[in-house]
Amino acid sequence: MTVADSTMKRADVAARPRGTLPAGPTAIVLGVALVAALTAAVAWGSTSISPGEVWSVVWRRLSGEPVRPGTDDLIVWQLRAPRAVLAALVGAGLGLVGTAVQALVRNPLADPYLLGVSSGASLGAVAAIVLGLGAGGALGLGLSGAAFVGALATFALVWAVARRGGGFAPLRLVLAGVAIGQFLSGFTSYLVLQAGDEQQTQSVLFWLMGSLGGANWDLLAVPAVTVVATGLWLQVRARGLNALLMGDETAAGVGIDVTRLRRELFTVTSVLTGVLVAVSGAIAFVALMVPHVCRLVLGGDHRRLLPISALFGALLLVVVDIVCRTAMDTQELPISVVTSLIGAPTLLYLLDRRLGSGS
Amino acid sequence: MKIDIDDLHVAYAGRTVVAGAHLIAAAGEITGLVGPNGSGKSTLLRTVYRHLRPVAGRVLLDGTDIRTMPARQSARHIAALPQERDSDFELTVREVVAMGRTPYKRGFAGEDATDRDIVARALRDVGMDGYAGRRFTALSGGERQRALLARAFTQQPDVLVLDEPTNHLDIRHQIELLALLRTQRRTTLVSLHDLNAAASVCDRLHVLHAGTVVASGPPREVLTPELMAEVFGVRAAVVGHPLTGDPLIAFDHRGP
Repeated sequence: MTVADSTMKRADVAARPRGTLPAGPTAIVLGVALVAALTAAVAWGSTSISPGEVWSVVWRRLSGEPVRPGTDDLIVWQLRAPRAVLAALVGAGLGLVGTAVQALVRNPLADPYLLGVSSGASLGAVAAIVLGLGAGGALGLGLSGAAFVGALATFALVWAVARRGGGFAPLRLVLAGVAIGQFLSGFTSYLVLQAGDEQQTQSVLFWLMGSLGGANWDLLAVPAVTVVATGLWLQVRARGLNALLMGDETAAGVGIDVTRLRRELFTVTSVLTGVLVAVSGAIAFVALMVPHVCRLVLGGDHRRLLPISALFGALLLVVVDIVCRTAMDTQELPISVVTSLIGAPTLLYLLDRRLGSGS
Repeated sequence: MKIDIDDLHVAYAGRTVVAGAHLIAAAGEITGLVGPNGSGKSTLLRTVYRHLRPVAGRVLLDGTDIRTMPARQSARHIAALPQERDSDFELTVREVVAMGRTPYKRGFAGEDATDRDIVARALRDVGMDGYAGRRFTALSGGERQRALLARAFTQQPDVLVLDEPTNHLDIRHQIELLALLRTQRRTTLVSLHDLNAAASVCDRLHVLHAGTVVASGPPREVLTPELMAEVFGVRAAVVGHPLTGDPLIAFDHRGP
């Protein structure tokens, strides 16, 4: 088959170098940057500690050498390190969940926050607390479980509303998600205020706008296990996610059991969202932005996209949390204050490009 | 390999769309599926590539019900070109074509030299060597169809299933695509809107009407003025094509 000149010209105009960065070196660069960001996160704060001292404390703790009790050990190991690690875990989880949800609903504008799934998770967690299930025993598993139930129920509802009438416009899904998410957030605020605990304003801010202020080592186990396990699970299904990007029929045609994969993805992304919200509240836009940026430099193949999104998400959230802790002298900023400032313009840009191109 | 569709019943959106269809797509032949809109062509094809599940009846691949095989297994034998030709994601042509290797890969397995060869050969077969790094969504309609055909080739299928592959293509690209199918000599099951195209490229035709096959055979025998009136509700004469001698259906566009 020959290619006509006119076709060639058209294709040449469309050509654009993209998705060309090799995954390996990208991962190494991101990994190094992540270690640097984690070091900075522990070193910086109201009391500054030198990076050398940070690593010497960490080394003594990890190697089992006798710990030198004192403020440095307290600040580095008890206060700042768990928070920095939690930021990395939550960021990695958001990168993964955003990538997976976008493939699941075949919509690059989707993320758990925009779709209201995070709000559902918040409501689930708050309801559990108000109903007296408290932190739900060891490791906060009960809280995560309640958040998971809230996430899954909301996801199912948004999906059903968006699919009503057969048609399935991408913007309809996002609008349904935003509307339902706002409704649930209102309900969450009401529950928190009605419960009348002493730090109710802080609680509302936590559940609706996210914070990593509650971090301690005991809190890290559940998110760590969940992020690693779901990350591996998704990685095994990367080819299925690739095929879903082209549509259900394409995926079925290349041998994917679409119904089953989609059901599993609903569950796994809801588990991940639930666990993340239980430890950090609802964080805006990170899960939307991270996969987009990664796709821009790496292309759409999920085998590379998933691990790089996890790394980039971790890096982004560690940096964002540094800003949240240090921007104001008197108090910390909720995470979503900072992520919205970056994320909302990103969303507008994406919407503009989509509507502008008419697709 | 041949496809044998045996008393197939398929429901879609709560409505029985295919109601007891029988047909055979013989090995190495191009088998055409024609019929008016809503006659069940797409639904039937979707069942062959396992997007839809039959209510009753079977799709047999060389005598084996495809529903008894794992999905990966049947996808190594049957590749589809569905009507999905768009994506909201910016995939490269190469990424789209490489999806065809999915049924051969498990878990963490990466792409090996064989996979890369197969992808490169498929791109060459459809005349798109230089297109690997381009954005799929930036391609023209004809280029997209060829890229999707390349994806089907990378599945190394015995059977190709194509749903209206010439839709939205200009006449030259329609002819190029159908010529490409002819050179492949694989078992091909294709639905076509254009009856004259079907008459020229298909070895056998099956006419679908209200979910059942109402006529089967070589195009010359199937495409008669009576069938045009009965199934399609149009007046037409069937003459010999002045260039090729194939049946040429001359429609009366002024209406009955």
